[in-house]
Amino acid sequence: MSESGAPFVNEAAREVVLRVAGGTKRFGDLVANDDISLELRRGEVLGLLGENGAGKTTLMSILFGHYVADEGRIEAFGEPLPPGSPRAAIAAGIGMVHQHFTLADNLSVLDNIVLGSEPMWRLRSDLRGAASRLREHSRRFGLDVHPDALIGELSVGERQRVEILKALYRSARILILDEPTAVLTLQETESLFRTLGQMAAQGLSIIFISHKLDEVIAACGRVMVLRAGRVIGERPATGTNASRLAEMIVGHEVPATRRSAATPGEPVFELRGVNAGTGGRDRLHDVDLTVRAREIVGVAGVAGNGQGSLARVAGGHAAPTRGQALLFGEDASRSSASRDARGRVARIPDDRHALGIVSDLALWENAILDTANRRRFARFGIIRRREAKAFAEELIERFDIRCRGPDTPTGLLSGGNMQKLILGRVFSVRPRFIIANQPTRGLDVGAAAYVRKCLLEARDGGAAVLVISEDLDETLSIADRIAVVHRGRLSPPRAAESLTRREIGLLMAGQWDTVRDAR
Amino acid sequence: MRVERRETPSAWLALGAPFAAIALALLACTPLIMWHGSPVLEAYGLLLKGTLGSRGAATETLTRATPLVLTGLAAAVAFRARLWNIGAEGQLYLGAAAAAAVGAGAIAAPPWILIPLVLTIGVAAGALWLIGPALLKTRLGVDEVVTTLLLNFVMLLFISMMIEGPMKDPLGFGWPQSAPVLDEAALPKIVPKSRLHLGFVIAVVAAVVFWLIDTRTRWGFEARAVGSNPAAARFAGMTVQTVMIRVAILSGGLAGLAGACEVTGLRGYLALDLSPGFGYAGIVVAMLAQLHPLGVIGAAVFVAGVFVGADAMGRTLGVPGFIADVIVAASLMCMLLAMFAARYRIRR
Repeated sequence: MSESGAPFVNEAAREVVLRVAGGTKRFGDLVANDDISLELRRGEVLGLLGENGAGKTTLMSILFGHYVADEGRIEAFGEPLPPGSPRAAIAAGIGMVHQHFTLADNLSVLDNIVLGSEPMWRLRSDLRGAASRLREHSRRFGLDVHPDALIGELSVGERQRVEILKALYRSARILILDEPTAVLTLQETESLFRTLGQMAAQGLSIIFISHKLDEVIAACGRVMVLRAGRVIGERPATGTNASRLAEMIVGHEVPATRRSAATPGEPVFELRGVNAGTGGRDRLHDVDLTVRAREIVGVAGVAGNGQGSLARVAGGHAAPTRGQALLFGEDASRSSASRDARGRVARIPDDRHALGIVSDLALWENAILDTANRRRFARFGIIRRREAKAFAEELIERFDIRCRGPDTPTGLLSGGNMQKLILGRVFSVRPRFIIANQPTRGLDVGAAAYVRKCLLEARDGGAAVLVISEDLDETLSIADRIAVVHRGRLSPPRAAESLTRREIGLLMAGQWDTVRDAR
Repeated sequence: MRVERRETPSAWLALGAPFAAIALALLACTPLIMWHGSPVLEAYGLLLKGTLGSRGAATETLTRATPLVLTGLAAAVAFRARLWNIGAEGQLYLGAAAAAAVGAGAIAAPPWILIPLVLTIGVAAGALWLIGPALLKTRLGVDEVVTTLLLNFVMLLFISMMIEGPMKDPLGFGWPQSAPVLDEAALPKIVPKSRLHLGFVIAVVAAVVFWLIDTRTRWGFEARAVGSNPAAARFAGMTVQTVMIRVAILSGGLAGLAGACEVTGLRGYLALDLSPGFGYAGIVVAMLAQLHPLGVIGAAVFVAGVFVGADAMGRTLGVPGFIADVIVAASLMCMLLAMFAARYRIRR
């Protein structure tokens, strides 16, 4: 790693650090990886794209030794990599940063990094040396974290830096990042990209797995697309664009979300001067908002600016600490999730695993999770299993949920299929008010387009829809009116057509006056 | 080497695992018996004979299993909803005390009225003893492990006070025990010339009823949802607090029923040695049964059988009684191991 940054060296002349040849992995009848070949060169950032279930995670698990490939060869730095051993992968210089972090909250940054990479009996004696090595890595790659800080007190972006540092500390020269931006804010993403650039310039090689096409184009030198376990193609990032990549990923042209003009009706949900928050601290301040029937109001903003509280108040999970919330013209200030579930209010949670489904229950049980108290599914307190399973079958059919049937344990579904299940459940009550919080987070291109289509259809069917999203493209493509939340305050909603991307950016940064004055 | 989940759990393994576990446990206890100097095969033969070998042995095992089924259910109901009720012992005693108080002559009625009444009062008393901790948990977030555990000791002292004082049997020659229950309140024996009483049937019915509630009704559905993901249950509009209270009433009630059945079916009066830790053993039974209501019956019979059989073994060979405890503990650990092995596999 001594010769640093030679950005203009001919790609083909650079040393191949990782080579996969003919990698194949089957799970029963399913071929998760089918004859995959891949070359990664020194100082290169390779983007790996594909839908959920395309085989990206399987491929990475093989590289890192979690799975043993049925066929194929892997070479790292010219040496064959022993299969099925994470330890061998680490020793060969492969480092992995998972989407879900593997850090101990109650330990310091330094402890977490040293943990598992140093022999236990000399943990203490070597800490000072470890700290200085850590500091050196931080400086070299712009990964700014304090070694003594507790993990539990760090932000998501900082924790990710710790994960990357952990891999570097174990002398990784090939770094695999699995959907690293899924949990990051805009700024954190930008800072991650700067770090990736620095690491590549210093001779590290990176594999970057993501759903977000624009990010892959921005961060990577070369992009490889997987579909149904096969390599569909490879493109230099500079010579391609998002729509062409999307086409490669799903195998056909992705229909752009089309939105007809809105013809809003009566107000369905209103907030008047609302404050709300958790743990005695207000996260929303003096918010006014009206959502009318037959329209979609989009709330844009960087994560952590009060979206959670807004979703909870709108969904009836929390009461405003000040002001008034009106639902169908009636006071809904008191929190009443159970009453809303009986009414026609549908809530799509931002965290599917934690809030959307109960993973230990069967699919059909999750299908009636919020409607089990209706006469259709329960009489005299007895669950009507046949009815409920038939309903689940119907959802599986209509929403194309990939599974083995209504008895599948829900925890075995992929993220996209879980979201389809939640959507099916939510839309089956023909809701009049829908709160969708990050409805497409972590979904692949095809599934995300489907979710947006469902929301638009619900709108055209007369529902009032509140979409809270950190994905600006999403908000712009489906919302009729857009408001921006910043530090708990909500900008007055404006017609989507009258806002430019730049103006929304300024609103998201809190510069409301600049936008107003420009008008 | 690492452990991964089996993609398709095999029915053979699931059914065979408990037997493999029992064999493994007996194997593990073998050195202990050898160390004592007794012949191992004979000892295990006596153990088996003492458990199932004769009508007397079998009925004795089922008699001992009766309170264990009920306290096992009490633990299973609560644990499935993540209400960590460690206080079945206390709930059992309050149920027993209430049954003894009402059944000893406070009300005179024919058996078909008095028995259901006494049992119902036992259930209500047990439930009452768990509602407090459950309310503290749902309202104030007080950890129920601590409150239910400590309330056991409060209850033991209360029972001690009652049988030394207001409930003391005037004809008991000064023994600390309550007045005996009326014949009209006593549960009939279901096998002549044995101690096996109607309580066993009640316990089995209770297990089946709980299984039906768990799988077929909205209450059971909500309890399972709350148990495995309270946040999602709340998001879906379930009121987690109500579900918890409901579960507490059911769990405490089952423990109370265990006490009432012991008093009216077996002992006839309330004393401080009514339960040799049935409440705590119920936790073991529930864990052995993997919290499955019907599995609780089998697990309770198994635990009771080991205790009864080890008694017989001890009487004949002079093997110390604590070996029964060791066998139960060893089989619990082996059972957990076997269940794990049935669901996961080790890959190299």
